[in-house]
Amino acid sequence: MTRLSGGLIDRSRSLNFTFDGRKLTGHPGDTLASALLANDVRLMGRSFKYHRPRGLIAAGSEEPNALVELRGGARQEPNTRATVAELFDGLDARSQNRIGSLRFDLLAVNDLFSPFFAAGFYYKTFMWPKAFWEKLYEPAIRRAAGLGSLSMQADPDAYDKGFLHCDLLVIGGGAAGLAAAQAAARSGARVILADEDFRLGGRLMAETHLLDDAPATGWVSGVEEELASLPNLRIMRRTTVFGAFDHGIYGAVERVADHLPEPGDKPRQTLWRITAKRAVLAAGAVERHIPFANNDRPGIMLAGAMRAFANRWAVSPAARVAIFTNNDDGHRTAIDLAAKGVDIAGVIDSRDNVTAMGSYPVFAGGVVSDAKGRLGLTQVEVTQNGRSQWIDCGALGVSGGWNPNLHLASHHRGRPVWDEALQSFVPAKDGPPGLIVAGAANGQGSTAAALRSGAEAAVQALGELDITATLPDLPQAEDVVSKPHALWHVPGRGRAWVDFQNDVTVKDIKLAHQENMRPVEHLKRWTTLGMATDQGKTANVTALAIMSELTGKPIPETGTTIFRPPYSGVSLSVLGGGNTAEHFRPRRLTPTHHWAEAQGAVFVEVGPWMRAQYFPRPGETHWRQTVDREVLATREGVGICDVTTLGKVDVQGADAGEFLNRLYCNGMKTLKTGMVRYGLMLREDGIAWDDGTCARLAEDHYVVTTTTAQAGPVYRHMEFARQCLWPEMDVQLISTTDAWAQVSVAGPNARRLLERIMDEGVDISNEAFPFMACKSLTICGGLRARLFRISFSGELAYEVAVPTRYGNALMQRLIETGADLGATPYGTEALGALRIEKGHAAGNELNGQTSPQMLGMDRMVSTKKDSIGAVMSRREGLAADTRRLVGLQPVDSAQPVLAGMHLFTEGAAQNTETDQGWITSACYSPHVGSAIGLGFLARGDERMGEVITGANPLDQQQVALRVVSPHFVDPDGGRLRD
Amino acid sequence: MLIPHPLLGLRDAQEFTYLGDARLIDRPDGMAEGAEAAFAEYVYLRDNPAGVHRELWFHEQGDRSWLIVTRDTVTHEILGAELARNVALAANGGEA
Amino acid sequence: MHFSGFRVIKEALTGHKGWKPLWRNPEPQSSYDYIIVGGGGHGLATAYYLARTFGQARIAVLEKGWLGQGNIGRNTTIIRSNYMLPGNEPFYEFSMQLWEGLEQEFNFNAMISQRGVLNLCHTDAQRDAFRRRGNAMLLAGADAELLDAAGVRAMAPFLNFDNARFPIKGGLLQRRGGTARHDGVAWGYARGADMRGVDLIQNCEVTGFRIEGGRVQGVETSRGYIGAKKVGVAVAGSTGRVMAMAGMRLPIESHVLQAFVTEGLKPVIPGVITFGAGHFYVSQSDKGGLVFGGDIDGYNSYAQRGNLPVIEDVTEGGMALMPMIGRARLLRVWGGIMDMSMDGSPIIDHTDVEGLYLNAGWCYGGFKATPASGYAFAHLLARDTPHDTAKGYRLDRFARGYVIDEKGVGAAPNLH
Repeated sequence: MTRLSGGLIDRSRSLNFTFDGRKLTGHPGDTLASALLANDVRLMGRSFKYHRPRGLIAAGSEEPNALVELRGGARQEPNTRATVAELFDGLDARSQNRIGSLRFDLLAVNDLFSPFFAAGFYYKTFMWPKAFWEKLYEPAIRRAAGLGSLSMQADPDAYDKGFLHCDLLVIGGGAAGLAAAQAAARSGARVILADEDFRLGGRLMAETHLLDDAPATGWVSGVEEELASLPNLRIMRRTTVFGAFDHGIYGAVERVADHLPEPGDKPRQTLWRITAKRAVLAAGAVERHIPFANNDRPGIMLAGAMRAFANRWAVSPAARVAIFTNNDDGHRTAIDLAAKGVDIAGVIDSRDNVTAMGSYPVFAGGVVSDAKGRLGLTQVEVTQNGRSQWIDCGALGVSGGWNPNLHLASHHRGRPVWDEALQSFVPAKDGPPGLIVAGAANGQGSTAAALRSGAEAAVQALGELDITATLPDLPQAEDVVSKPHALWHVPGRGRAWVDFQNDVTVKDIKLAHQENMRPVEHLKRWTTLGMATDQGKTANVTALAIMSELTGKPIPETGTTIFRPPYSGVSLSVLGGGNTAEHFRPRRLTPTHHWAEAQGAVFVEVGPWMRAQYFPRPGETHWRQTVDREVLATREGVGICDVTTLGKVDVQGADAGEFLNRLYCNGMKTLKTGMVRYGLMLREDGIAWDDGTCARLAEDHYVVTTTTAQAGPVYRHMEFARQCLWPEMDVQLISTTDAWAQVSVAGPNARRLLERIMDEGVDISNEAFPFMACKSLTICGGLRARLFRISFSGELAYEVAVPTRYGNALMQRLIETGADLGATPYGTEALGALRIEKGHAAGNELNGQTSPQMLGMDRMVSTKKDSIGAVMSRREGLAADTRRLVGLQPVDSAQPVLAGMHLFTEGAAQNTETDQGWITSACYSPHVGSAIGLGFLARGDERMGEVITGANPLDQQQVALRVVSPHFVDPDGGRLRD
Repeated sequence: MLIPHPLLGLRDAQEFTYLGDARLIDRPDGMAEGAEAAFAEYVYLRDNPAGVHRELWFHEQGDRSWLIVTRDTVTHEILGAELARNVALAANGGEA
Repeated sequence: MHFSGFRVIKEALTGHKGWKPLWRNPEPQSSYDYIIVGGGGHGLATAYYLARTFGQARIAVLEKGWLGQGNIGRNTTIIRSNYMLPGNEPFYEFSMQLWEGLEQEFNFNAMISQRGVLNLCHTDAQRDAFRRRGNAMLLAGADAELLDAAGVRAMAPFLNFDNARFPIKGGLLQRRGGTARHDGVAWGYARGADMRGVDLIQNCEVTGFRIEGGRVQGVETSRGYIGAKKVGVAVAGSTGRVMAMAGMRLPIESHVLQAFVTEGLKPVIPGVITFGAGHFYVSQSDKGGLVFGGDIDGYNSYAQRGNLPVIEDVTEGGMALMPMIGRARLLRVWGGIMDMSMDGSPIIDHTDVEGLYLNAGWCYGGFKATPASGYAFAHLLARDTPHDTAKGYRLDRFARGYVIDEKGVGAAPNLH
């Protein structure tokens, strides 16, 4: 088929593209769909279930049939509607969902067996033999199902996210949207005009109506030019507003580079979050088809789409076409196509007594009752006054009236209401607050009504914001409203499609009715109606009407359906916004990170942090070698570890002591200035939540630490207590986690090392600075620092804090200065081993399920004061829990101990009832010379010395374990105090 | 969602962390008679209304204020927001 | 009517004239022995087991809308029994065993597909917790395998093993886990209950309870008063609203959970995969859509819809885990109302009102529990004693300190 005259394509340039390997050409301005039609391609896809040959139905994003795979390699993109794929040079498109070629799809055999595949058939069969479902039936069904395919490679393109704010968001750039944008922009309000198309104008580009006696494209260009000149208005083409969320927030996707061969340095798409004080939805309408037997033949399409292809893209799907309509709109298609020289075989109008509006045959009171042409329409059967005849045509335009495109208006679950006069659903009044629907989307479909209602909506919306806008002078336009005759389907014996993609026919709806699947949601779910990629835009209302015929109830009583976001498919890549791979979450680096990197440290993810896990040295071939060395170096000399990631909260004020007294289950008010105390925080439900240290630097100044994992939540909780529970207290909080670098210096040589960096006159002897002392002081010649004598490892140990920017230097200084003392950096692995050897609880023990009793800390929960969680920690169920923290050591030192083993009395049956506990943490202990573990064991405190079984059924392991004190190292704590 | 912060104006709800029912500011006295029953109710039971709900939000990525937001749980409409501290002070008989 | 392949063929050859309604549309009687409030999955299963297993009669299910309208009509279809705590695991394993014979039992293909559930771990601590959990599963008679990174890679080579922010260290696999066609489950139970004489009454909203002398007498409904000896409430999402009519406050908040499906794709994902370093879980439906979900929005809501930040967050998780899904398109997002309980575990118990029973608090894991929940609730209703595997799901466990807090986050419903 050669091109028709006119159209909005640039004939001066040709674009090469391929479809299923065939080399074809089109022009700038074409979509893949229009270019395919211009190359006489009518067959573009296969349906989901029966693999019926299919062509275009529509010209817009609602297209259910012509879904193709676009591009190749890692950019392969399944299920792209040919109608929205903008043609570019080199575009490569392939049909999908077929085995073999598009013309000879082997799966078309399904169509022969279609009687067996009626609605709901899956639910009634494939039950025996039982094992066959997963092994045979389901894999076969899965292979046949699905549409396009993924490349299985990571998307190579870049994506972006952005935020926009405006007074008015206008969704849709057709007659109503342009009028709204013009009225709003002239008021000075901040306006965004978004349209999914690459060209503004909407339906105006598809029609031949005159505006002020001139082609509409002139008016569109004029408005476009004016809008482009206004700084307060932003035009967003190729931008689909896909969802209406709370408080005027709209999600939109801008296809920045989908019309280019490759995005180059641009993102392929951008996800916009638009916060709009008001919005006008001017999304137009979607035409309805009328089901009749074999109405899915390639070449049968919506009459409005046929007109759009002819007027905007200068193509006709065939040289000779027919029209089937129940309203005046179908005649427009005939007039427009005839004007372009297309042979009109006739207009079949279901209304009696209609006459032609041009020179073409009219079949008044007639219907199309069947169609021929498996791979492309050849003939339609016209039934008129009980007589049928076949007429030749290569395409049929069908017009059953228009459904307002109210998708976004129902995103807040407001149900559309039936308008009897329009014979369609219109948006409900309880749509998203701030959203006004205008134009055809609101049932005001004539050009004049659309222009007027768009402008009025903008004026009204801005008026609500106290911005005065006035109605612009709108052009004179046609104002004909065509009321469709209620013809929802053509009765007959053949299969008549309602939902094209999912192959739901009128018979399926009848069957659903027969089987009492009558509520609209049952109908949808039983038949899969409306579940296809167009979300039922082209099917739902028709199906409802047919169900209403069957039940004898009016349409509104039969039910309505709503739409859910997104308006049309949104790529997962753009929703992820490029925050993928290593950019999935930000990395927090410790102050000594670069130093550790230079030492060749291996890092590990700890929440948002990257921490040094261990520091391998040349010759070490296994991580355990390294960790054992680091542990022993600490126990024998001095080890140094960056512990900056612990949360730090500065607590100041006259009531700071009382405040902390109420937060921690143990007392903090009595803590002496210059001293540190271990603190256990409970949740209000009495479960141990977080532990740390609490240092009193001055009468009214405490510094508390939290675990790395709970730094954020604990601070939040402290602010809650301060602002909401005890607002009258004089206390201020600030998180200083990022302000201070903190380094642990542990081991028998710790003091000797630290003495070397203390400034003159600072005495840290055991007498002057005993265990659990703290002090603000200066080191390294005037650097302010805080020193805490606390130990996680059980050794003589300190933590030194300096302003963060000195952390790296401090680490370097300590290692250099302490070389002769055996100063050794250690990572989180050794840190873990050291604390397990000492029996300190950490994250694995404090997992949110542990009571103070289980930790042996119930006596810490003061009964003399009220504190968070104290009351609930004494509940019957917690008190009755006998599990206690114990140490576990294999009887045979060669045996493994694994965290996650369950504990049993030796020789007992092993099941849920006999389960006595589990191992929380385990490691190899260089100190003990075997693997060791910590665990919670029923009556653990009474079972010291007993040999029990550690079971790991996952690996069929059974290990004899001796119950011991959790303090494998220095149980009396002598080393801490030396 | 957008939350009308009484000091900072409209802020995206993503800046906030949600806690729940504003009754959580009315913590019982742990030293009183019958405290266990009072706490069981305080910690666990909720009105959970379908409609107007007063609830606590923390401006975690902002000024670290705890707010009491009044919001309709059916429509998500926000009817107001106050500083929780002021509400708590008023409830405790102090000055807001 | 018995469903079978032969029946389908026979009907296909005779124009499908013989298919009967899947269930009746009965008028409500003036009274019943049992009224189940809520025609979602759990309510329908309860009625089914009451009639089938416990031999009870005069049963009605009252549904304010259409059967299966509850969360069984809007979930991500996952079935599994991979819990850790002794209060949970035996119950979910019981449920799994019921799933395994369900379709043959109720003669309806609910497309139960045991293609496996794989939970990924990204830290040593997570792996430790998985080992504890996997062992707990085995000890309760379920199946579990702990995979290392190579084992995961062999199963799912398309995951990000190259440049992940949180590298995959391994996974906990339950091969018997998988998915089921959610609506099919509701319909199977409904049809099975109807065949055994249960009255399934749609468009019948309960508007009040008639309680006299501490005993329930019946319910007020939009279709009039209906008397009952026992009333069981199974209205997840609306539990707070419904039980408020009986004067009860509950350890439950209602929250919105969004779920997602993409356009249809040829098979890419074998079973169910969950991300351990972000909020994302996914499976692929038989139709080809990637069905996925993540975290709840996190604020109390009865709106059945959520907001954009969670959509972005969940998708980011998916893209981080399996970057090959990027060019797939999101087709639909929907929201359901979840009964988020204070410890993340459900309640199957009697109430202080004699004859009034409650099944609630399923958080966003109720679908997999449907068979056992129905069975245990029917057991409680019929015998007035809890089923063995559901003994811990008492209403007083919170006050008494016997919570079943699988996640260890305490009384914070939006974190469970």
